[in-house]
Amino acid sequence: MKLELIGLTVLWTFLYGYLIVASIDFGAGFYSLYSHWMGTKHQVHHVIERYLSPVWEVTNVFLIFFLVGFIGFFPETAYYFGTALLVPGSVAIILLGIRGSFYAFNTYGSTERPIFLTLYGLSGLFLPASLATLMTLSEGGFLVEEAGTVRLDLVELFFSPYAWSVVSLALVSVLFISAMFLTYYASRAKDENALSLVRKWALLWSGPTIIASLFIFVTMRGHNREHFEQLVANGGWFTASLLFFIIAVTLVVKKTRYGLAFIFVMLQFAFAFYGYGKSHLPYLLYPILKYTDHFTSPIMAKTLIAAFIMGLLVLIPSLVLLMRLFLFNGEYVRGEKNKGSEH
Amino acid sequence: MTYDAVFYSRMLTSVTLGFHIIFATIGVGLPFFIAIAEWLGIKRNDPDFTMMARRWSRAFTITVAVGVVTGTSIGMQLNLLWPTFMKVAGQIIALPLFMETFAFFVEAIFLGIYLYTWNRFKNPYIHVLLLVPVVLGSTLSAFFITTVNAFMNAPQGFALENGVLTNLDPLAAMFNPATPTKGAHVINTAFLTSAFIIACGVAWGMLKGRVTPYAKKALKLTLSAALVFSISTIIIGDLSGKYLAAYQPVKLAAAEWHFNTEEHASLYVGGVLDAQKQEIKYALELPWMLSILVGHVPSTIVQGLNDFPKDLHPPLFIHYLFDSMVSLGMYLFSVSLLYVIALWRKWSWVLDRKWFYVLVVFGGPFAMLAIEFGWVFAEIGRQPWILVGYLKTNHAATTSPHVDKMLILFIALYTVLGTTAVIVLRKLFKRLNATPDATIEVHK
Ligand code: HDD
Ligand code: HEM
Ligand code: HEM
Repeated sequence: MKLELIGLTVLWTFLYGYLIVASIDFGAGFYSLYSHWMGTKHQVHHVIERYLSPVWEVTNVFLIFFLVGFIGFFPETAYYFGTALLVPGSVAIILLGIRGSFYAFNTYGSTERPIFLTLYGLSGLFLPASLATLMTLSEGGFLVEEAGTVRLDLVELFFSPYAWSVVSLALVSVLFISAMFLTYYASRAKDENALSLVRKWALLWSGPTIIASLFIFVTMRGHNREHFEQLVANGGWFTASLLFFIIAVTLVVKKTRYGLAFIFVMLQFAFAFYGYGKSHLPYLLYPILKYTDHFTSPIMAKTLIAAFIMGLLVLIPSLVLLMRLFLFNGEYVRGEKNKGSEH
Repeated sequence: MTYDAVFYSRMLTSVTLGFHIIFATIGVGLPFFIAIAEWLGIKRNDPDFTMMARRWSRAFTITVAVGVVTGTSIGMQLNLLWPTFMKVAGQIIALPLFMETFAFFVEAIFLGIYLYTWNRFKNPYIHVLLLVPVVLGSTLSAFFITTVNAFMNAPQGFALENGVLTNLDPLAAMFNPATPTKGAHVINTAFLTSAFIIACGVAWGMLKGRVTPYAKKALKLTLSAALVFSISTIIIGDLSGKYLAAYQPVKLAAAEWHFNTEEHASLYVGGVLDAQKQEIKYALELPWMLSILVGHVPSTIVQGLNDFPKDLHPPLFIHYLFDSMVSLGMYLFSVSLLYVIALWRKWSWVLDRKWFYVLVVFGGPFAMLAIEFGWVFAEIGRQPWILVGYLKTNHAATTSPHVDKMLILFIALYTVLGTTAVIVLRKLFKRLNATPDATIEVHK
């Protein structure tokens, strides 16, 4: 494989990782808030907290990795994206800032406060919308080059059905992925009470997820014909994704194998995500930037990939340790391990 | 005033970095002290030290959170505000940025594990060991990011042809001449500052009447460490000055108001400058000192500002920033030295006196101020360059017409985050003080 493709695959994998962990995180934050509103907080809150608390900081790093790596591998793109994305990018940063800080203030401060919960629950819902919009821009049509600078056409963006369909997909996916994960987590915790609630959420959001995905196809056709044809040409990926979705939902309906069901959800999104990524090539930003034209120098690419492999050697064992302690450790998940200690 | 994207980009960059550095500094230094305290607690079987570790790590999670989100801000803003800089230098600084992220990743993972595994291991030392990757991770990330800043000051490891970098040597770029002193000074001052921040909190409690064995032990731990770190700060600071003389003489000359290249150069502390006549009034003049600082002997020749074209002079007010940093460093050194001597000679006229606690309380904010002054001095002293010798700051910024609005938004964000963090921390310690036994738990 060419260095460019290796680089892109690495980056895309980090973005995929972010998609999954951040969806769980954002969705869980919103569900916390929702159950607070509905007065069912006691039913699910502890399940959500027990998973989220040890891992929230890790989530953010996936995103940073993608950003740093993207500019590292494709330094020229900074110019196009950087100038035009100042406003939407800043909005995303501010939401991330509110979300992360208030989560920590609420969890590690001396008492919980509804206002903090509201802030991080809601910002977690706006975030996927704002990050998805950044992704939309890469479809082209919204960035205008004029007078030597690049400008974002906000009006065009606001009235674009495609942009709105991406936003809706982002929202429902977050709620779906998160509910599917919590279903698994609650079942591991043997917490029937919480399980019945989160399982309902998972099923509730499954239909809208598929409808929103179909919507993307329809609106893409109008927005970027060339990419639409590429999507169709790569149809196998999306069919596979649909199949995984059906299996996952069937398992949840039948109330068995929630862990397996979540793995199928991950596969569902993996296939859709990589299929989309593949069909997007060769463009990074349609039709101005191609991944082949703006790659960093070979020596830098090799150094980065070497650093990446060394990093993974440290990272993967640490992540495995984290998951074994907090995700796959039955006693912790059930909350038996921490009586009388700090958490 | 007309809109100037470069000006607002600089303001926004400095506001974000100036805010981030507060939390980053604590993020580097505090885990080290948590580790020492917990280790002492196990080794001496002393619950006071264990309690220190628990209390400090509670506070630490909150500062980390703000450190993480503001760090994310910088990571994105670097691209959004300085696209031309990133286009030129992005590929060569990608390596340290990449490695920085890995270091954070490790730190984040082990911090998560650490916080939730109190009392979970049969051998308590395992829990302390979890902090090793946290300390290493944060220190290494500070080091890596500092190499980026060092590179901006002393770029090497590439050739510039038609605005494109060629012949890249990423390791040479990372290990440039500014890296050793800068890396060492930044990390070392982070430890010094964290020691004083904790000591400040403890001394505050003592002023309020909580003169407990716990407080005395905490003060002993932090202030003895502070003495060591303030001595090394002065030594490394001196080496940083020598680095400047060798590689960025114009920054040094501006900081010292040194105009004519000469030997037996004097050092001026404070003062008022008449820039037209190049005259310094009301300053404390130390004859020969500048030459001695630069090269150990009075006959050392020190390059003056007049050797450089005027448009390459940094703003001369950085003199005050430099002097303030050094004076604050001397203050921190004196307070910790006084404490250690008093401890040794059992001087209760120091150790048990309110005036002494007041001196320690001031040490916390003073140390943080020294960090801020140091950075602003280093960054403004680099002007007009963003990449010394290659790229000027005003050619590197975004051309977006919205930077001013973003500046306001971010100032609002940092104000909210900063004040809430302070309120949350105060509440937290109030509650922890109210339940001084070791049963510190969350949410119940
Ligand atoms: C607690 C903080 C603190 C204290 C007490 C000192 N410094 Fe400092 N100094 C810093 C915190 C700092 C810093 C924030 O870490 C800087 C800013 C940029 C950098 O590389 O380190 C810095 C930069 C910096 C530079 C510029 C390096 C450059 O631009 O490349 C010099 C020459 C010194 N320092 C010298 C000193 C001396 C002689 C001190 C004597 C006591 C001293 N510093 C105390
Ligand atoms: C590794 C760390 C850092 C990097 C890579 C970095 C990078 C930058 C960049 C790209 C700029 C804009 C260009 C310029 O005006 O020169 C800048 C400016 C600035 N930074 Fe830093 N910075 C770092 C640390 C800091 C810290 C910690 C502070 C403050 C406490 C700081 C204070 C400033 C200030 C005040 C400016 C504005 C200078 C001016 O406009 O004259 N920097 N920095
Ligand atoms: C241009 C300058 C800088 C950039 C781009 C930057 C970037 C970042 C990022 C992205 C994070 C969050 C990482 C995460 O998600 O886990 C972060 C946090 C942090 N940064 Fe910075 N940073 C800069 C300057 C500095 C400096 C000068 C220091 C140290 C002296 C520093 C030390 C830290 C530390 C220790 C953390 C971890 C948070 C904590 O433990 O409190 N950073 N930074």
